[in-house]
Amino acid sequence: MSQDQPHNKERVGVYVCHCGTNISAMVDVEDVAVWAKDSLSDDGVVVARDYKFMCSSLGQELIERDIEREGLTRVVVAACSPHLHETTFREACNRAGLNGYLCEMVSIREQVSWVHTDKVAATAKAKAMIAGGVERVIENEPLEPLRVPIHPATLVVGGGIAGIQAALEIADSGNKVYLVEREPSIGGHMAQFDKTFPTMDCAACILTPKMVSAGTHPNIELLTWSEVERVDGFVGNFTVTIKKKPRYVIEDLCTGCGICWEKCPKHVIDDVFEAGLGYRAAVYTPFAQAVPKYPVIDTENCIYFQRGKCRACEKFCPTEAIDFSQKEKYITVTVGNIILATGYDLFDARRVIQYGYGRLANVFTSIEFERMCNAAGPTNGEIVLRDGVTTPKTVGIIHCVGSRDRNYNNYCSVICCMSSLKFAHLVKERTDATVYNFYIDMRTAYKDYDEFYQRVLEEGTLFVRGRVAEVTDAARGPGEEGKIIIQAEDTLIGKQRRIPVDMVILASGLEPRKDAKEVAQKFGISCSANGWYIEKHPKLDPVATMTEGIFIAGAAQGPKDIPSSVAQGAAAAGRVLNRIGQGEIELEPVRATVDAQKCSGCRICNDLCPFGAIIFHEDMMVSEVKHALCQGCGTCVAACPAGAISGTGFSNEQILAQIEGMLMFDQPAHRVDLAEMAMA
Amino acid sequence: MSEAFEPVIIGFTCNWCSYRAADLAGTARVKYPPNVRLIRLMCSGRLDPTFVLKALAQGADGVLITGCHPGECHYIEQNYKALRRYLLLRRTLTQMGIEPGRVKLVWASAAEGVKLAKEITTLVEEIRALGPLNWPGRVKLATGENGTAVSQHTQSIPEEVTA
Repeated sequence: MSQDQPHNKERVGVYVCHCGTNISAMVDVEDVAVWAKDSLSDDGVVVARDYKFMCSSLGQELIERDIEREGLTRVVVAACSPHLHETTFREACNRAGLNGYLCEMVSIREQVSWVHTDKVAATAKAKAMIAGGVERVIENEPLEPLRVPIHPATLVVGGGIAGIQAALEIADSGNKVYLVEREPSIGGHMAQFDKTFPTMDCAACILTPKMVSAGTHPNIELLTWSEVERVDGFVGNFTVTIKKKPRYVIEDLCTGCGICWEKCPKHVIDDVFEAGLGYRAAVYTPFAQAVPKYPVIDTENCIYFQRGKCRACEKFCPTEAIDFSQKEKYITVTVGNIILATGYDLFDARRVIQYGYGRLANVFTSIEFERMCNAAGPTNGEIVLRDGVTTPKTVGIIHCVGSRDRNYNNYCSVICCMSSLKFAHLVKERTDATVYNFYIDMRTAYKDYDEFYQRVLEEGTLFVRGRVAEVTDAARGPGEEGKIIIQAEDTLIGKQRRIPVDMVILASGLEPRKDAKEVAQKFGISCSANGWYIEKHPKLDPVATMTEGIFIAGAAQGPKDIPSSVAQGAAAAGRVLNRIGQGEIELEPVRATVDAQKCSGCRICNDLCPFGAIIFHEDMMVSEVKHALCQGCGTCVAACPAGAISGTGFSNEQILAQIEGMLMFDQPAHRVDLAEMAMA
Repeated sequence: MSEAFEPVIIGFTCNWCSYRAADLAGTARVKYPPNVRLIRLMCSGRLDPTFVLKALAQGADGVLITGCHPGECHYIEQNYKALRRYLLLRRTLTQMGIEPGRVKLVWASAAEGVKLAKEITTLVEEIRALGPLNWPGRVKLATGENGTAVSQHTQSIPEEVTA
């Protein structure tokens, strides 16, 4: 077609995206396109265009048309990060009959226009990166995605409301679910609550039927008092080792009658479920509606385990279900996908010393108050002071404890405004107390939440806008004697106020689980700087992770209320079911391959592979990469002294060409021929 | 020369952490100087030291190598292999007449967009202080007595090689 023959045979099209003004405001995109056509024509560029939105259907059609009419054999799209639109443009190429892997993306938005401030320098960098992309794409090879079968079973980690919802959705579709829970019962935080905002329906009434369904579902294997120990394999075929802690109760014999915990002579403070307000026996289920109904023996407090005597539970058990000789068991399951719904920890209110929790008796945390309100809780639903009898006459509720505070967590914990309003409503409903809410901003987004706020306002709860400075029992006058005084600036009237109250409730924020990082590592996903699991895309893919086959749901991904957790649990289940329905998944064909002709049999690569994917053939004295096990990291490719291992998608040729391309338009003081140096 | 020296730096990133940190820096509009051009690898373990030499030979004044924090590698432990190679590479570079400070290894998780931007900014300043690489200017290829080529350093190298 053209008279000037480019030195390589490929016909490359370069497409520069404006991304509205996201790129074009900082990169002269028209200039870049003109430059690419002129300066890279020797390198095979035959078409270069700029377009407002390359990812739009019109933008994609532009590429498709050029592939057909101009006979393009390679495509470079300079736009956003490949993590966003690589698939989009590969599919566009495929539609036009060009193998999608012959398309390369250059990130001139995330790596150029959004991070630089000098338009000339940004434009120059964009050009250099596009030159790198062009040189690289010429070395690309047509590839076919790997197809991996999906095992139909799913592992759900965490038996809170998000995990339960996910497990039920999948199980109802007829697929097997393993639901692993660390505590003796499923239910999570929601099981501790009394009422749920904004409808004030009782948490147990809506949760326990779901717990029972999960416990009795033929497709759900409930593994409570268990933890995931190890995860091997990859999407479609994970092998998961689960540690079952000994219950010291034979589940097949136990009827859950409760005689053991009635007879157990040892009573300890229940720090977990009752938040330290109530007691439980050494053999216990966390609460009456626990699923499963089987108790566990807490060996740290059991008299028999500590002193070798007692065995009261064993003596009284009518079905001889107590077995002190149980040991922890490890079971291995195979699953195709994993959903992590591991929830949150509550911020430890002791850390805010000036609020007096742990020092002033009548300062309560939100979870203590939840338990206190619960009809099945330690006070049978009575709102009383720490003495267990006195009804408070004034109650102060402090929002944002540990949230929106640079000393602790910068983020908003989402649920505390609404749960504080719920507390105010409950106090008003059950006592005659005056209630003060101390807030920074009132955050009542979502359906019916602001209406609830209006309702609480009308009920007469008083609101003070300002962060509380101190909670103290040091009285300054007769009106403050014997009271707890909340000192805060009321920013609406611009005055310091001291409000004496009988009871303070601290609305503690949500924090990632203490071991969130450890768990993330175990499953091969990432945590944000705060410790929340990172989703694949904050808006468009909130329940997937960057690791194929691992999904997240509920508060483990970030602070969340019950409706959102349920929605995410169902969403994650939907994603998994989509996979199971397809039966297989396409994976990036990034794998290493040994050229047996070049392999010297040195075996350097053998020990480098953490997946055991490289085997050595003694008879032929060559190594081989097993593609089924190879994960495509490329460490062996980099290590092979003979250059006998190639890595598809990231070959030496591709990367070296990209380096060369990125630097070829600079005017450096030097350029060295490495081959010449090697000879020297 | 009155014009300020603008170093050219090639950066290698891991698909799972630092490339995503770069994405995050972009999304959060964190600013850093435009001197670094990033190349995506699947893992820092993929980094063949030849890539670094190639970049320096082709005119880069510095190279940034990035990977997941120790213990956080997407491929279990391959970033440790990158670390080993990096330490050896620094020695090799010294022998080739290049300040080891021109090549830097940085750990950056997917959440550390701000950290990555900060590290890039620091590296650009460090390389700017070192000046242009001008590799041929500092290695004179000469023929030794027995006919083999030996390289002689025309500049002294700062003694900052890691053990």
